Amino acid sequence: MTAQEVRLCGLLLREHFGEVVEKVGTHLLRGGAQNLRIIIHETGVPLDLVKKSLCVLVQHGACVFSSGRKGAGSPTEYRTSCDRILRILRYPRYIYTTKTLYGDTGELIIEELLQRGHMTMSSTVKTVADRLTQNMEEGLCMDYGEVSNAFSKLVETHFLQRSTPATPGTPAAPVSTAPPSPESFPDCYKVPHMTLVGRGKRQLCSEDGEDQRNAKRAKMDSQAHGDEGICWQVNFERFHLHFRDQAIISAVANKLDQTSSEIVRTMLRMSEVTTSPTATCTKPLSANEIFRSLPPSYNIARPIVDQYLTLLVDDPMEFVGKAGESGGGMYVVNLHRALANLARATLESVVQERFGSRSARIFRLLLRKRHLEQKQVEDFAMIPAKEAKDMLYTLLAQNLVQLQEIPKTPDFAPSRTFYLYTVNQLPTARMLLQNCYKTVANLIERRLFESRENKRLLEKSQRIEAILASLQASGAEPEQLTEVEEMITATEKQQLEALRLHINKLDSAENQVDESIFLLESYINSTASTS
Amino acid sequence: MSRSVTLRNPKRRSCNFGVSRADTQTTRFKGKRYQHKRVMLTDPDSPPSSCWSTWSPLTEPVLGVMAGRGGGRGRRMMSFSVEAVCINRGESLPPSIQQPTPLFPVMEQKPLPLTGGEEAEYLLALKQEFRGAMKTLPFFIQPTAAKKDVERYSDKYHSGEQTDGVTDWSPEWKRFPKELRVKKPCRNGLSAVTRSDKPPLGQNNNNNKTDKEEVLLKLETLQKKEEPSSEEEEEEEKKKKQEEEEADGEEEYDEEEFEEETDYIMSYFDNGEEFGGDSDGDMDEAVY
Repeated sequence: MTAQEVRLCGLLLREHFGEVVEKVGTHLLRGGAQNLRIIIHETGVPLDLVKKSLCVLVQHGACVFSSGRKGAGSPTEYRTSCDRILRILRYPRYIYTTKTLYGDTGELIIEELLQRGHMTMSSTVKTVADRLTQNMEEGLCMDYGEVSNAFSKLVETHFLQRSTPATPGTPAAPVSTAPPSPESFPDCYKVPHMTLVGRGKRQLCSEDGEDQRNAKRAKMDSQAHGDEGICWQVNFERFHLHFRDQAIISAVANKLDQTSSEIVRTMLRMSEVTTSPTATCTKPLSANEIFRSLPPSYNIARPIVDQYLTLLVDDPMEFVGKAGESGGGMYVVNLHRALANLARATLESVVQERFGSRSARIFRLLLRKRHLEQKQVEDFAMIPAKEAKDMLYTLLAQNLVQLQEIPKTPDFAPSRTFYLYTVNQLPTARMLLQNCYKTVANLIERRLFESRENKRLLEKSQRIEAILASLQASGAEPEQLTEVEEMITATEKQQLEALRLHINKLDSAENQVDESIFLLESYINSTASTS
Repeated sequence: MSRSVTLRNPKRRSCNFGVSRADTQTTRFKGKRYQHKRVMLTDPDSPPSSCWSTWSPLTEPVLGVMAGRGGGRGRRMMSFSVEAVCINRGESLPPSIQQPTPLFPVMEQKPLPLTGGEEAEYLLALKQEFRGAMKTLPFFIQPTAAKKDVERYSDKYHSGEQTDGVTDWSPEWKRFPKELRVKKPCRNGLSAVTRSDKPPLGQNNNNNKTDKEEVLLKLETLQKKEEPSSEEEEEEEKKKKQEEEEADGEEEYDEEEFEEETDYIMSYFDNGEEFGGDSDGDMDEAVY
């Protein structure tokens, strides 16, 4: 947990769960595993609020608890990790991906599960059906069966998984072994048999009192649907694999052409089920299989497919490799190498945008040639000596380039030592990842600052919108509406517009930085698993 | 203290740093003799290869090789060979920095504009809606309200207005450690279905009201006993009383039931904040 990660996690917790949860969460992040008493004592938050915060964190999977280190009798300890909280940045991307794959129903299912942490299948289906019914026209209802189908499809493709089953009382797993992942349980992806028949209910507009009574009645109405205790959560790893595949396909499309990207997409689709998440490359596929599995809209002749495959193998990006000659040629997609290349492209573009294209040339040169002396850098990059020296020193000051000493004599005498410039991709990627976290934290802070500055204005506009909405609902005349609208002056409208623009920009920027974060994180995790 | 190259290998008696013996001077340090180049301390801008001075290891720590230019400290002793890093004769070092770098340095290259497009806008809308939705869910925990200066009569009626069916969240306590359970008397009518331990979360505790709450609770329990489903209630209450650990601070009483029992019109105490009613259903508006 670096300081930047903790800061970013704190801001995310504050935005989504409030300041109390932020306080408890950051304390857990900084302090490691702690029990309840220590948390209460050190944060100074009242007991019941700490309990609620911990419940919220556990519900959303941000915090895990286990029995204490000193043995079975010691109090339960709570542990948080940054990874899970940082996923919150990526929630919009998960929801959008599900929308493209499974339509509105899937989108709402994932959105509900992300909002609630984990839920049983029956409650998810009911809530989603109600929400869909509200958006549909009068008289139409969403059937529970359709929503259940979408849910089952999501489970089949492993986008949803069961949460770790509840253990009675304090968990029995000792702290020394890692807490069991949901995947370690055999029923992880099995849809339970559920009796749930019905349609979504449209929420009628009634008086407040009646609504409250209806709500009370809804809570009492908990029929057993046969799946009590089985909670589902979103499987982030599966989404990450999907994003990784998408990144590879779009990289191939950008570098080569549409047909090659289709071939790579087919290869990845075929090896979705057979490839483990940490595999270096997919299982070998023969050219015959690939040709047969291409989408029918692409009627390409067989020799042309072979040519494309040869082209992909010869490409310096090394996305596709040849693993053998049987079956017309066995081909694999090199996943880890592809991730490394994508990360390298990210680093190069960062250098280019910050320091200019000539510095980027030097950076790329050093990445390719590993170690170079200053004289060699000037010669290979074809940049005049003085400017090359300046650029090298700027990059060195920013720690993007490192200096390596090779002594000729054991006393490291400066005249008898080689000084070589080098770039190490992995440490540089880690450093840039921390920069990304800092960037997102700064963006969030700035957005909160902007909202705080204009709080009065925002509240006024919200009040006026509420008045307008209620007037329209009760059928007022246009003069009244215009009168209410005029309560906001023209300058205030302009200010509001500018504020909206700024906040949208800051939000979009967060989404974009998260894409870089994803690439760099995937690369770093892939190296960690292989090494 | 950063150690210089000269001190790294104290066993060597004579270290030659690529300069001829005539330019060197021998110094004693910790009982050993070291040879080094003479450098002058006067002009910080002139290149060091042409300067002479005396140097004492005790007054100034010498920079290591990795420090590069060595600017900013006024020392003229360069422990590396100057030619190796190509600071040619006649060329001055960059001026030394006298203050911390500015907080927002001027950017030579402007950043690229954000990618627009349908996807980016949809992602933006999703993000803002999600944030807005999270604020209304029971997972958003408000800190305890600050004590107002004077306790007002309308407070009793106001704090209950936030109570909504949505704000109650009852987690599945099997998945949570026992110590996190918050004991709370549950409401009338829910007893048949909910377990006695499951409290609705999400209400502020206000210690000022404890006494009044207890009185009202007693009235409620008396009222409950009159109703036909009283037997179950009594069992529930007995169980609760046995299991209740923190009686005083934890009791949150049922604002809604209390509201229904008053003689006064609720809107009497409306101080204008809810003009026009809440349009919470209007989630199309972006929330900031």
